Amino acid sequence: MSDKFSPSIVGFFCNWCTYLAADLAGTSRMKYAPNVRVVRTMCSGRVDPQMVLWAFRNGADGVLIGGCHPGDCHYQEGNYKALRRSKLLRKMLPQFGIEPERLRLEWISASEGERLRDVVNEFTEQIRRLGPLHKKEAAPKVAVAA
Amino acid sequence: MNGNGKNGARVGVYVCHCGTNIAGKVDVYAVTEYAGKLPGVVIAREYKYMCSDPGQELIVKDVKELKLNRVVVASCSPHLHELTFRKTTANAGQNPYLFHMVNLREHVSWVSDDPVAATEKSKALVKAAVLRAFWLQELEPRRFPVNPNVLIVGGGIAGIHAALTLASAGKQVYLVERESSIGGHMAQFDKTFPTLDCAACILTPKMTAVKQNPNIHLYSLSEVSEVSGFVGNFKVKVKKYPRYIDEAKCIGCGECIEGCVYKDGKYPNEFDMGLGKRKPIYMSFPQAVPSIPLIDAATCIEFKSHKCPKGCVEKCGDRDAIDFTQQVQEIELEVGTIVMATGFKPFDARRLPQYGYGKFPNVYTSLEVERLVNASGPTLGQVVLRDGRRPESVGILHCIGSRDENTNKYCSRVCCMYSLKLAHLLKEKTGAHVYNFYIDMRTPGKGFEEFYKRVLEEGVSMIRGKVAEVSGWAQSPAEEGKLVLRVEDTLLGVVRRIPVDMVVLSTGLEPQADVQEVRRLFNLGCSAEGWFLERHPKLAPVDTFTDGIFLAGCSQGPKDIPDTVAQAGAASAQCMALIDKGFVEIEPNTAWIDEELCSGCHVCIAMCPYTAIHFDAEKKVAVLNEALCKGCGTCVAACPSGSAQQNLFRDEQLFAEVEGVLV
Repeated sequence: MSDKFSPSIVGFFCNWCTYLAADLAGTSRMKYAPNVRVVRTMCSGRVDPQMVLWAFRNGADGVLIGGCHPGDCHYQEGNYKALRRSKLLRKMLPQFGIEPERLRLEWISASEGERLRDVVNEFTEQIRRLGPLHKKEAAPKVAVAA
Repeated sequence: MNGNGKNGARVGVYVCHCGTNIAGKVDVYAVTEYAGKLPGVVIAREYKYMCSDPGQELIVKDVKELKLNRVVVASCSPHLHELTFRKTTANAGQNPYLFHMVNLREHVSWVSDDPVAATEKSKALVKAAVLRAFWLQELEPRRFPVNPNVLIVGGGIAGIHAALTLASAGKQVYLVERESSIGGHMAQFDKTFPTLDCAACILTPKMTAVKQNPNIHLYSLSEVSEVSGFVGNFKVKVKKYPRYIDEAKCIGCGECIEGCVYKDGKYPNEFDMGLGKRKPIYMSFPQAVPSIPLIDAATCIEFKSHKCPKGCVEKCGDRDAIDFTQQVQEIELEVGTIVMATGFKPFDARRLPQYGYGKFPNVYTSLEVERLVNASGPTLGQVVLRDGRRPESVGILHCIGSRDENTNKYCSRVCCMYSLKLAHLLKEKTGAHVYNFYIDMRTPGKGFEEFYKRVLEEGVSMIRGKVAEVSGWAQSPAEEGKLVLRVEDTLLGVVRRIPVDMVVLSTGLEPQADVQEVRRLFNLGCSAEGWFLERHPKLAPVDTFTDGIFLAGCSQGPKDIPDTVAQAGAASAQCMALIDKGFVEIEPNTAWIDEELCSGCHVCIAMCPYTAIHFDAEKKVAVLNEALCKGCGTCVAACPSGSAQQNLFRDEQLFAEVEGVLV
């Protein structure tokens, strides 16, 4: 277990759906891979593409964005904006030498604790198969912007 | 000492054990030690229960003595205790928004197998919070007044009770009901378990009270079509469908119904589950509120051919209440709080063809039997089967559409008890032999178990087993002309065939068919089954994730009448708490635009779903109206110059957090 590659994954979860699904998975005591570290935003529409790139630059092997199902956004349509941005990002990532599969956007509603567990496990496994993003030496750490 | 962090931050980190909930999996001592070494951290402590009084006092004392200006608590979900700890830091004289919470319980200890990995994950999340805390800023919550009027959606017993409670406190209540009368499913029931009160006897006085209360404004045949605004300040549009009878002119005498060209009922009466007949002009039941008939345009001859002699109009005479030209009306309301009491729909027994509903005339659903045994029902309380016979034996099948992998996995909570009630009533009225087929007998409630015992003593047979099939296939002379139930009696361990005259399917409760549309209209969440999601299953059972909207009754999940009434009272109290406080404080997570940096590119303007941003042509910059902003942050993510920022979710804060989780 310990010699197996354990990826670092940043999760951007929206406050109303996916973050609550993660809370529900917790209260239901579902066990899942410990690799996803959650950053809470009010809406998946707040996830700035620069934040995703910043995560990869700082050592993330994968980024998981979680939002409400289409039509269910707490802010009407922020999740659609997240969808467009992630599509563009997935086109852009290969230009940096990053496999587009390292970024995933999922719709997980507040009642879908089980789905959250499955998505996290499956995505962690996928990133594990892809291997570490920074294969050679880790890129020099960059100071926090601003 | 580690020195101050960025922006002069002096951080206190508090790691909660939560008893063993966190400490049982996460090495809280290691996390605390780790936190103590982070830059800017002045003090790091662990404590058994941070949310307890002594836990909170620890924070207050440290803030004062160590001159902390940032507080990080690593405990449970911010959805549970963020407000608690913000108040704590405020009590210490610090701005409450210089606080950040780490979710070690729901997101780490409860979901991890490996203690080492859980501890590492906890360290990363704590570091992220500390780095983020450097960038926190003092903020003030936004205050808005609360409109004292309340909207109640649904006029069943939940909506009725909530309306009466709020109205008696002097609040103006708008009660919107989709059907032609309030009363909901309870009005259809005959008796109520376990006391056997007649449902109409206890409900209709409350319905009349609704009609008579000047503080309650009832909209029947109406649906909410649009909801905007926010807690304390909702704007609601209601569509009122035509009754074709002027409610202001009608006195409810019912002469128009007598005057109809149809001398007898011709169309199935929905209220009697189609067991009785009604005319095109009718009242769904005698005690309907409002006690005004309606005309069903789909069956009325005048609407179909325009050639009806209109006996109804003639009978109405000078009162002139009948109006064939009525149109859909749109009504605009302003309310501060909303109670959702939209109820349930019964499971459709046709979905389980093995029980023969719709195929064998003498297979009934439980709601049909309620009407059948009711003294004002289609048979005036006589249990006469569809084929004209009177039953000598009855089989009541529990859990139809409940506790079933193929339909609904959940227990509908009320069916065991109403099945026992129907067993009692059918036995009392017909003297028939009654069998109850159950999986488990669930009678948790005041007087419920006693009622079960009473029904047992009355000689009702209880057979533990789920009926596999209802058939008309006789294998012996005793089965001729009967409905044959095939069932495994799991207490005897044998498969039995039991012939009966009448089958009652105890159908479960399901969410309303249009629950998804309604949910979106009100911006609510739903459980996987389709019940409205409460804010917390135990501690906030009538609150929702949309502030100012509360839940009552079966729309939140199956429940009986006492629980429904209790919940309606709780929802009313929540409304009153907001109204009497007079104002709401809204999370100051709005966006703002730095005019110096804004290039006037217009990108953010198109992003905003609330049209909160407009372009100032003179200054050539985008301007954000804070009152309209709901704090999604979509404009911030889109702004190419970084001039749009969101309080509590500033770029610096989120970038620092990302860096922190990637230790």
